[in-house]
Amino acid sequence: MGKVLMKGNEAIGEAAIKAGCFNYFAYPITPQSEVAEYLSRRMPEVGGVFLQGESEVAVGYMLFGAAGCGARVFTTSSSPGISLMSEALSYISSAQLPAVFVNIVRGGPGLGGILPSQADYFQATKGGGHGDYRLLVLAPDGVQEAVEMVMMAFPLAEKYRNPVMILGDGLIGQMMEPVEFPDHLISEPSNKDDWATSGMDTRNRKDRNLVKSLFLNAELLEEHNRFLKAKYDRMKQEEIRYESYNTDGDYKVLIVSYGIISRVCRTAIDMFKTEGLEVGMIRPQTLFPFPENAIKEAVSKSGCKAAISIELSMGQMVEDVERSVQGVCPVHWYGKAGGDVPTPEEIMGVVKPLSK
Amino acid sequence: MQSEVMFAGFGGQGILLIGDIFAHAAMEEGREVAWIPSYGPEMRGGTAYCLVVTSDRPIGSPIIRNPMHLVAMNRPSLEKFAPMVKTNGVVVVNSSLIPIRADRSDVDELLVPANDIAKDLGTTKVANIVALGAFVARSKIVGFDILRQCVKAMFAAKEKLIPINLEALEQGKKVAEEA
Amino acid sequence: MAKTFKKTAALSDQHTHYCPGCTHGVIHRLVAEVIDELDVRGRAVGIAPVGCAVLAYNYFTFDFQEAAHGRAPAVATGIKRVRPDLIVFTYQGDGDLASIGMGEIIHSANRGEKFTSIFVNNTVYGMTGGQMAPTTLSDQRTTTSPSGRDVADVGMPIKVAELISALETPAYIARQSAIKPKYIVRAKKAIKKAFQYQLENRCFSLVEIVSTCPTNWGMTPIEAVKWTEESMHAYYPLGEIKTPE
Repeated sequence: MGKVLMKGNEAIGEAAIKAGCFNYFAYPITPQSEVAEYLSRRMPEVGGVFLQGESEVAVGYMLFGAAGCGARVFTTSSSPGISLMSEALSYISSAQLPAVFVNIVRGGPGLGGILPSQADYFQATKGGGHGDYRLLVLAPDGVQEAVEMVMMAFPLAEKYRNPVMILGDGLIGQMMEPVEFPDHLISEPSNKDDWATSGMDTRNRKDRNLVKSLFLNAELLEEHNRFLKAKYDRMKQEEIRYESYNTDGDYKVLIVSYGIISRVCRTAIDMFKTEGLEVGMIRPQTLFPFPENAIKEAVSKSGCKAAISIELSMGQMVEDVERSVQGVCPVHWYGKAGGDVPTPEEIMGVVKPLSK
Repeated sequence: MQSEVMFAGFGGQGILLIGDIFAHAAMEEGREVAWIPSYGPEMRGGTAYCLVVTSDRPIGSPIIRNPMHLVAMNRPSLEKFAPMVKTNGVVVVNSSLIPIRADRSDVDELLVPANDIAKDLGTTKVANIVALGAFVARSKIVGFDILRQCVKAMFAAKEKLIPINLEALEQGKKVAEEA
Repeated sequence: MAKTFKKTAALSDQHTHYCPGCTHGVIHRLVAEVIDELDVRGRAVGIAPVGCAVLAYNYFTFDFQEAAHGRAPAVATGIKRVRPDLIVFTYQGDGDLASIGMGEIIHSANRGEKFTSIFVNNTVYGMTGGQMAPTTLSDQRTTTSPSGRDVADVGMPIKVAELISALETPAYIARQSAIKPKYIVRAKKAIKKAFQYQLENRCFSLVEIVSTCPTNWGMTPIEAVKWTEESMHAYYPLGEIKTPE
């Protein structure tokens, strides 16, 4: 199949179908309602399930139920909607259900705005709901990568029996880019007979399955949490993904940036090159687990004078960058959170003084 | 080589559509392309615009303050975006609806009475296609044959609209060539 | 000797944690018997609520999910939509269904989701210690209405079965009681009908069951039965409220 020009939101919906997910529950919210509009047409065509729930709260639990009985399932929403789903995310994480959540982030807090933002970094990577849980968080920088990450998300969710979140932004949802749906990312759903409430008759094992998150006994809850932690630690071993840009040679400053704004940074780096200034970049593709070692190594290179986290928020990822850099060099931050995406020139103006 | 085209007008003028057709044409030529719309409350009845970035390399920042070219279908669009266009850019002005000019000596301003031409063809609805034809003929960013194919593809589901849209494209081209 | 009684296969051997005089055990038994009689244990999935019945999954021998407070109907929707062949029911109390989960139950009912809700109404939050529920009767004392429910302040108790019956989507809605054998027999019939409608893929069904909570009411089990019959049956009339066309 060749490339097709698709809007990010529609491409995300199609990617899920291509990945073998035929169950979608959602509630409309700008700037991602096109996913629901698209799938309300597409799901019936492929014999799948489309349901517009009464609220994001309910949608979260529709995913709980559907994933709990063994189906591949996903939803899409935007920031305020993800806040409402965060309750279900906590339960789904504890019950260890594979499900995929796409957050096309808009500006906050509160109703905020509908323009692109990355201000849900903390919510996605540090919790959002209650309790010790983590989501595996993938951050695409454009429509093609959003497609690939959606397709990857289902087998990842099944591998870890854990929700996976795609953290996009309003611009990725709204823009059109040529995309293809790589065959090698098509995956078969895993066998879930060991735990899914799929009905005893459908399984060879005759004991019943139970999907739950309640552990009234302190020892059992401790054990459960340790089990979950081991799983998150395994993600840190096996799932870190990032892209390096202009880091082969020496550079004066290391930019850490993800998602749509990383593309602006890439352009700024190219423009710096024509001026004779070398700037490198690490672009985390997984926000949890975070590429701590890659960043530490990148700033440890001789000649690197500073690191800067450039993000569409008032300084969230910068905390993880500081944690990764471990004092090797100063860590700076630049960001905007109103919906206005900085230009390459603006970023050059911020980065240049750090090189001196 | 990267170029950025701003298509702007008011809601209902088919602004996003001509951006879409143009983006398709660039993609069919094997170029990288990004189509970025304005979205939100302003898309409901107010001004509508979209930016199409094309390049022979992967597109970095899709956020462009100063586009290379502008297709302005109404007055507020021209007033808002004409000052931002880069030097030597093409500025298509829908002179049927816009009494003013870009007021720039460093751009290639092309007056296209798009609504009048469209009206003569039978419907002002194709004014956007007239402007697109004029713009592509002038800027030569994509080949005209591919553009024709993309117009046909866009109206594939409403086949009877294809001839008038192709004619609108030719009329636009004619204005550009004669200007 | 001929066998006249055998254990309900859908019920486990575990002793329940319910208080003396509580009717949850009776209602569990009725649900389990219906599941066995309809021979659907192998494709049944129950959804436990938050509240006293949070551990209900321990007492049944088929697949179960445990939902968050009030969200059981959304969980059931998710299951039933992706696996219409499963027989799905929620088991919810009054705080769970009629307060925090009112949105989920109303919308599930209105969409005509093909699952069954067993709604146990005993007028109080049991698990959290006897606080006022949306179904607490007028002037009834609870730990958060120490002088009795003041309806001028918090409104009249909600008649859930009637409320849901006001929706136009075809549904089977009934209210029965679990306090005496004569009522229990009717309750079982209603539960069985509800599951049968589900098996026929006909409609959403809800059976409200008037129940007791002697512990939180501060009564003996016998007093509780008497009070239920006199006060609750008067405000919450028993019978079928809506049947499918």
